[in-house]
Amino acid sequence: MIRDARLIAMKDLRIEKSSRVLTTQVLPFGFIVLILFGFGVSPDRRVVGDANRSVLTEVAPGLFWIAVLFAALLAFGRSFAVESTDGSLDALRLAGIDPAGIFLGKAAAVFLQLIILEVLLGVGAVVLFNVQLAAPLLLIAVVIATTVAISATGTLYGALAAGQSARDTLVPLLVLPALSPVLLGATRATESALYGPTSDGWPVAGLVAAFALLYTAAGIVSFGLLLDET
Amino acid sequence: MVNDPLAGDQAQPHGTNVVKLAAVVSLIGRFPALAGVDLSVGPGEVVLLTGPNGAGKTTLLRVCAGLAPVNRGDASVLGFNMTRRNDRRSVRRQVGLLGHSNALYDELSVEENVTFWAKANGADLASIEPALERLGLADRLRSVPVRGLSAGQRRRTAMAILVCRRPRLWLLDEPHAGLDAEGRDLIDSLVRQAVESGATAMIASHEPDRIAALATRSVVVAGGRIANGACP
Repeated sequence: MIRDARLIAMKDLRIEKSSRVLTTQVLPFGFIVLILFGFGVSPDRRVVGDANRSVLTEVAPGLFWIAVLFAALLAFGRSFAVESTDGSLDALRLAGIDPAGIFLGKAAAVFLQLIILEVLLGVGAVVLFNVQLAAPLLLIAVVIATTVAISATGTLYGALAAGQSARDTLVPLLVLPALSPVLLGATRATESALYGPTSDGWPVAGLVAAFALLYTAAGIVSFGLLLDET
Repeated sequence: MVNDPLAGDQAQPHGTNVVKLAAVVSLIGRFPALAGVDLSVGPGEVVLLTGPNGAGKTTLLRVCAGLAPVNRGDASVLGFNMTRRNDRRSVRRQVGLLGHSNALYDELSVEENVTFWAKANGADLASIEPALERLGLADRLRSVPVRGLSAGQRRRTAMAILVCRRPRLWLLDEPHAGLDAEGRDLIDSLVRQAVESGATAMIASHEPDRIAALATRSVVVAGGRIANGACP
C-alpha cells in the first residue's frame, strides 16, 4: 500500500511540476479570494468595546481557511481530471494497485500542494490582515491536521464524482458541507494560535485531528468500492 | 542485445476456455449493453469482434476485463468467476485492455508514462527499453511530453505499456485507430508474437478485412448479442 501510494503521489507531483497548475491557477485564485474578503471588511472597522482591535484582523483566521478551502476545490478537481481525461482511471483499476494506495497517494500529493499554498497564503494574510502569532507550535499542528482532513475528504469525494458528468459542481456540493466542522475547528484553533489563549486551541486542534483521522480511515476503507462504482 | 519484450512464460489454462460467457447481460444504467451474450474463446485464439456502432463490442471487452458488471448470466475469464467482485478484481491484473482512450498523462513524457505504468502494473522494468525500441519510441520521442504527440504516436505509447504488461488476455478495441500503415503492421506483428508466446486476443474492429489475416475466428456482435460464431 505504501509503495503504491508513493508511486501515485510522485506521479501526481511530477504532473503538477510539469503543468504548474498550482502556481498559475490555484495560488492566484487563493490570493484573489483572500483579497476580495479583505475588501468586504473595512480595515478601519474596530471590534465593539476594543478600539485597538480591527474586525479584519479578528476574522482573518476564518477568511484564511475559507480561501484555502476554495482554492483546494481546484486542486481536487485537477487531481481527478488527470485520471479521467484519457481513461487512466480504468487503467489504474486494471493495474491491480491497492485502492487504498491510490487514495493515500492522491491525498498526499494534494496535501503537499495545499501546504505550499497555505504557507504562501499565510504570508499574504500577515501582510493584508496584520495578524500576530502567539503560539507557532499550535498553528503548525492546526495547519497539518486541517490540511490532512481537507486532502482526505477532497480525494474521497473527488473519486466519488469522477465518473459523473456534473463532477465540477458535485465536488464542492459534497466537500464543503462535509468539511464545515473542520473549518469551524480550524478557525477556532487558529484564532487561539494567533491571539491566545493557547489552552483553548489545543482541544479544538485535537478535534480537527480526529476528523482528519476519520476521513483518512474512511478513504482507505471505501476507496476500492468507490473506484469500482465510478 | 535487445530482450524480446513479449517473451516469457505466460501460463494458460489447459483444456479450458480463456473466456466463457453464457447468457451474459451487462447493464449501463438501465440500458442492456449486452443482452444475453454466449461466447467461448479458447487458449491461443485471436477472435475478431465486428458489428455496427453501439452493438456492444466495447462492453463485451470491458466485461472480459472485469471493468463492466455481469448483471445476469454466467461469465468466466481466465478461470475467474466474473459475477464475483473479488474475482473481477483478480482478473484485471492478468488482462491488458487497449480501449478507445490510451490512458496516458499529457504532462508526462513517453518514457515517464511507460515507466509509471510498468511500475503500476508490476511489470519487469527491464522490459521498458525493448518495448520503446519495438514501438519506435526509443529515440527523440522518448522525452517528448505526450500532449505533443500525434494520435498514432499516442497509440504506440499505449501499446508499449501493454507490451511491458505482458497480459495473458489481450483485449484490443480498435487498436489501429490513428495509426499509419507501418503502425498497423507493427500492432499486428505484436499481437501475433504475443499469441505465439501463449497469449489469447480479442480484437474489436471496424476493419474486418485487415484483422482477418490475424484472426482465428470472426464474431459478429449486434444488438448486444452474438449474431454468429459463439463457439469455436
